[in-house]
Amino acid sequence: MNRIETTAPALEEAVSSAAEPPPEKQSSAWSQFVYVATQNPLTLVAFGMFALIVVVAIFGPMLAPYSPLASDSANALKPPSWDHWFGTDNLGRDVFSRVLVATRLDLLISVIAVAISFVIGGALGALAGYYGGWWDRIVGRMVDTIMAFPLFVLAMGIVAAAGNTVENIVYATAIINLPFYARVARAEVNIRRDSPYVLAARLSGNAGWRVLAFHIFPNALPPMMVQISLNMGWAILNAAGLSFIGLGVQPPTAEWGIMVAEGANFIVSGEWWLALFPGAALMLAVFTFNLMGDGLRDLVDPQRRT
Amino acid sequence: MDRRQFLKTTGTVAAGAGVMPLFSMLPAEAAPKGVLVVISGETINSMDIHRKGTNRPSYVNAVNLYDRLIEFGVKKKPDGSFTYDYSKLVPGIAESWEIAKDGMSVTFKIRKNAVFWDGSPVTANDVKWSFDRAVSVGGFPSTQMKAGSLEKPEQFVVVDAKTFTIKFLRKSKLTLPDLAVPVPMIINSKVAKKHATAKDPWATEYLHRNPAGSGPFKLERWNPGQQVVYARNEKWTQGPVPAIKRIILREVPSQATRRALLERGDAHMAFPVALKDANELKSKKNLKVIGTPIENCMYIVGLNFKFKPFQDKKVRQAVAWAIPYEEIFKNAAYGRGVPMWGGKATKPETIEWPQPFPYKTDLDKAKALLAQTDYKDGFEVPLSINLGLSDWTEPTALLIQEGLAKIGIKASIEKIPGATWRTASLVEKRLAFHLETFGGWLNYPDYYFFWAYLKGHLFNSSNYHNPEIEKLVSETLYLEVDDPAYAPKIKRMLEIAFDDLPRIPLWQPFDDIAMQKNVEGYTYFFHRQLVAANIKLT
Amino acid sequence: MARRSKSALVGRRLLQAAPSVVGIIIVTFLLTRALPGDPAVYFAGPAADENSIAQIRASLGLDRPLHEQFIFYVGDLLQGDLGKSLSTGQPVLDEILSRLPASLELTLLALIFSIAVALPLGVLAATRPNSWIDQLCRIVTTAGVSLPTFFTGLFLVYVFYYLLGLAPAPMGRLNIAFLPPDPVTGFFTIDALLAGDLETFWAAIGQLILPAITLGLFTLAPIARMTRGAMLQALGSEFIRTARAAGLPRRKVVLTYGLGNAVLPVVTTLGMVFSFMLGSNVLVEKVFAWPGIGSYAIEALVASDYAAVQGFVLTMAILFVVVNLAIDIVYTMIDPRVGIEG
Repeated sequence: MNRIETTAPALEEAVSSAAEPPPEKQSSAWSQFVYVATQNPLTLVAFGMFALIVVVAIFGPMLAPYSPLASDSANALKPPSWDHWFGTDNLGRDVFSRVLVATRLDLLISVIAVAISFVIGGALGALAGYYGGWWDRIVGRMVDTIMAFPLFVLAMGIVAAAGNTVENIVYATAIINLPFYARVARAEVNIRRDSPYVLAARLSGNAGWRVLAFHIFPNALPPMMVQISLNMGWAILNAAGLSFIGLGVQPPTAEWGIMVAEGANFIVSGEWWLALFPGAALMLAVFTFNLMGDGLRDLVDPQRRT
Repeated sequence: MDRRQFLKTTGTVAAGAGVMPLFSMLPAEAAPKGVLVVISGETINSMDIHRKGTNRPSYVNAVNLYDRLIEFGVKKKPDGSFTYDYSKLVPGIAESWEIAKDGMSVTFKIRKNAVFWDGSPVTANDVKWSFDRAVSVGGFPSTQMKAGSLEKPEQFVVVDAKTFTIKFLRKSKLTLPDLAVPVPMIINSKVAKKHATAKDPWATEYLHRNPAGSGPFKLERWNPGQQVVYARNEKWTQGPVPAIKRIILREVPSQATRRALLERGDAHMAFPVALKDANELKSKKNLKVIGTPIENCMYIVGLNFKFKPFQDKKVRQAVAWAIPYEEIFKNAAYGRGVPMWGGKATKPETIEWPQPFPYKTDLDKAKALLAQTDYKDGFEVPLSINLGLSDWTEPTALLIQEGLAKIGIKASIEKIPGATWRTASLVEKRLAFHLETFGGWLNYPDYYFFWAYLKGHLFNSSNYHNPEIEKLVSETLYLEVDDPAYAPKIKRMLEIAFDDLPRIPLWQPFDDIAMQKNVEGYTYFFHRQLVAANIKLT
Repeated sequence: MARRSKSALVGRRLLQAAPSVVGIIIVTFLLTRALPGDPAVYFAGPAADENSIAQIRASLGLDRPLHEQFIFYVGDLLQGDLGKSLSTGQPVLDEILSRLPASLELTLLALIFSIAVALPLGVLAATRPNSWIDQLCRIVTTAGVSLPTFFTGLFLVYVFYYLLGLAPAPMGRLNIAFLPPDPVTGFFTIDALLAGDLETFWAAIGQLILPAITLGLFTLAPIARMTRGAMLQALGSEFIRTARAAGLPRRKVVLTYGLGNAVLPVVTTLGMVFSFMLGSNVLVEKVFAWPGIGSYAIEALVASDYAAVQGFVLTMAILFVVVNLAIDIVYTMIDPRVGIEG
């Protein structure tokens, strides 16, 4: 029935696409992509921007005109100029270089955080969905417990308890995203557990885990793919929020979230460029991930499109 | 709801939104006359300074709601601003006092007309009960009393209802000044005793929420986490009745919001003011910033003796020569302070404190010194900073990190949240390399050294131990300043500190408070709390 | 399958929530104990010596082994005692009860704002799928969710308060010139209306507008998307086609039949949106000096104030359960089919 579409992944309800048959893709994937892209130019734009972000993440440090860490007290808090496109911060560091270099870290934070919750959440959910019984109950309760926390507060607590390093921010983000994958995977696997092709695979002598891993799970992937891109955007926002309350990455690391959070204090005093440019970069990235999620949804789930 | 009705409702909302600016245009000037709006980034968590867990911002209550036997005087500085006068003690609840001939006790005469808020007279019994409480509850109040050699209830004697004597354990220059700090406040013991229980003989539960004092202001309203409202005590006898009728202390956690409120005139005063804001707000048309160097206080770099390389004096000195002081002062302190580097002589000429240490940025010297040690190729060290003070610690740490990199020392910055900081830095003393601050309430160098240079003492975050310093401190701590033995010993103490460098001073910070131009009479006190009785609105 | 009564449904929901509440209690307890700060040191205050720290540790029961602390904690909880906040010295329950209305009022208004904007956008987008209007709606709502809330908040303060002077001073729930109305519900707006004090009512609304918009912007996207999706589904269904074929006016078809049927899934999302907003409150409250439970939580977390953190998380979790329960009930009321297990 109702598939709930949201961008804030915390809200993503993992209602299964039960009614729909497993997507028949592969052969028509490319034509589907072309179709979606032409029908929905925003998706094309999103994929283009994503490619750009990846390029910047890879080559950013080479492209940066200044060192992102080098201070220059004579040039502190200078507005954008020809020399410093995005101005300089309170220590005279070049904001443009910092924004550029930060791309890699932010992309890594979001990719790794999401990858962890995808792998662990997906695995737990799949086991719960396939074996049911105690597996289902334990995973279900675990997921419910995490979901019952206000998610940002849980992330805050984890980072506060474990210390504010990049790794812990990644783990915290992974943990709070975990339930969504677990739920989707559980639902998707649960429906397919008794479908004819699974029975056939089982009858032909495959072990349970093999059936699960190679016959059922791949079919549960598409709806999770959508979730992934949405969560990646959210992971970055999450890191930014943590930075604002002082639980972000350690200085002098360049990271968009902490740059916005620290720059926010300079808005009222007129140094708008400190928060604006990293904020714009952050927004662009989150925006891209969200639109891409929409696009992916259209790709993997043609039924949804009218 | 049909469509028309819906439109009607939105119509009202829109009209309301239109009216809104009218209500919003109630800047502080337009607030009822005689009301002072103070915004602060810190939360006030108790009315009782004697309670365990009462935080520093709450001391403002001890200062304004209660009186003490004696208070510090106030003097005008050449620039027109006011500061407390450490050298002058003036009557508070006591109208006069006299030191006994043998110098081993002091007797106070309590004002005849002094009354608590409930109208009952202030008696020597109240004073004794309050002092007994301060030395008995343990924790901070008892420690502070101890600093003035006020340790046991037996020292406090009620002679008659209006006469009170303190017997000294030893002669100490710290005893009388220690009676004028916020801690020995005088509580209405009749009220308090009514709420005391066997489990809670000092009525800490009650007084935590309900002050019972005689001070210039009464508590009108306290919404924890939001605001504290004072109303003036119309019957205050210890001085002229305050000019301000009502004071609203509002909590505004965001620094940017505080600045906006001040600039827009919605608040009269704000503290703490970020260093950068203090520097910029002083040039605004409607605002002024009063910055007073905080007495007996320095921002320092701590070098922990538990960390092997820092056990070598030459390494410590190399660090001191490698720190980019000027840049730090400009970019982290925004010039709000007194430089504590670049001193002329390695032997101090005066006992002035704090005074600049004889170091400045000189990379060649730093490299040369480091080359004489086992660490000529440098080493790695975590540089820890207190997140709660990131206003100055973060830029400072980044600049130190850069400076040290030039002589091969690789520092990695580690931000530690405020709550953890105390444990890590002062209690466990485990931070190898850190930025720390300490200011002594009682303004003597020996008092500073007592806390910050003696083995095991709280603010000695470097684990420094030097028998000569220990001896010098114990010899000078109680000694009068005009004693001929005092100055030479202090000079020797400073000389050792200059050379041995467990702590490298950066600058003496300002107590910065920003306010509207029409706020007069702000007075700097060592406790850095707002003394509201002195404030006027013009 | 069996039709169940509403009360049975409520009971079942409560039972379902029970294990996660137990989980929450355990996780919260362990999490707070893992916080790096030592509350005893923190609360012993400046200039405390080892003795006084040990004293405080003992008085807090922190010198006992972990499992004993947990048993005490659960025992207190069963008696409805959330403990006492160390930093404020007040019972946690009192403080949360006094601060919760502030957060709820803000969150509800934000939700109303969000619905008021997102619902029409979603409907509009669904009536013209893949048109430029659809794309625009998508861009607008996605933009709202792409910015950190604190940034949006500070930006709004800067523009509407600092530059334009349109919004009132962001100093909490009421301007200093007003006294809070007599507490009945704890919602200043409602209490002011009950007291017949229109001036205070508008003042309270004025303070609410910016933070509510900040918070609401962040949830435009989920509501708009949900509406769009549900509308598309509804509009594509058999009975709509029948209605259209019968020549009913388009507006009526869309608004009455389409929206009427799309409302259900939207309502279910609202529960999630609401809980999510409560979590995000933490950041917005800090910007607007809003005395809600979010700012309380930050303060408590920073001070390693165990009881306060535990109380906060527990309250939030219970609130979450209650909100979802409420949503279920609303759902039951609008949809006769609910009640059938499916």
